[in-house]
Amino acid sequence: MSAIQIIFWFLSALAIVSALMVLISKNPVHSVLWLIMVFFAISGHYILLNAQFLAIVNLIVYAGAIMVLFLFVIMLMNLNNESEPQKNVWMRLAGAVSGGCLLMILVSLVRQAIEINNKVAEMKVGDIGLIGNLGKALFKDYLVPFEISSVLFLSAMVGAIVIGKKN
Amino acid sequence: MKEIILQIDASKSLPLGEVGGAVPLPHILFLSTALFFIGMYGLFTRRNMITMLMAVELILNSVNINFVAFNKFLYPGKLDGIFFTIFIITIAAAEAAVAIAIIINLYRSHNSIDVEGAEELKY
Repeated sequence: MSAIQIIFWFLSALAIVSALMVLISKNPVHSVLWLIMVFFAISGHYILLNAQFLAIVNLIVYAGAIMVLFLFVIMLMNLNNESEPQKNVWMRLAGAVSGGCLLMILVSLVRQAIEINNKVAEMKVGDIGLIGNLGKALFKDYLVPFEISSVLFLSAMVGAIVIGKKN
Repeated sequence: MKEIILQIDASKSLPLGEVGGAVPLPHILFLSTALFFIGMYGLFTRRNMITMLMAVELILNSVNINFVAFNKFLYPGKLDGIFFTIFIITIAAAEAAVAIAIIINLYRSHNSIDVEGAEELKY
């Protein structure tokens, strides 16, 4: 087992355990911190999958901006263990059963997909994901979606202000 | 959209399945599937609106892993999957901003963010 595979298994285990801890932990602040751990593991996967710029964007935008916003709101509302609402046992059971059934179906489907089963790629080589290549493609081939996303941000900003302001 | 195909790095990308240090594609798909359904379970069971939003972020990230993995394994010389992921992150940021505005408004009117308590629109 080579070093890359060891890193891959470590990051996968870290991601799944942290994702479980997001749901298990009662305190919302702990949930957010475990979610940041998930994002770090996923950024490691992006680096292994040769998307270096995406890894940095994931860290900056998700772990840096969105999660800080979540933490800020949680602390503003003073949420803690006591304010966590009581969970319905039947709801949990239904969630576990339906999620588990779909997980089983998807896993068996992936196992049966013969075309992708023998695909193996060398990790951590190549520079296709660096910012130079991405910038060239973004401002040439993806110019229209880029501009549309800026309009989307403008409308989201206006919407957030309109929704959040006092009457 | 055929012009999207890039040839920047196609010559440098290695032939598939040659050397050690390689991870097969189904392993990454299993990881993203597991993350997706952990997020879905959280969305079903938690009634706290912020935690539900965190579950949604988990689901979006598992989809991102899928996009990047398929881009790397099936089309190593192109950038389509990476751009899809970048736009998903963009939309997730906008969505989080609007959702948090809604949550703050809900907290202001109901004094809690339990979704079971907000049922005026149901009837």
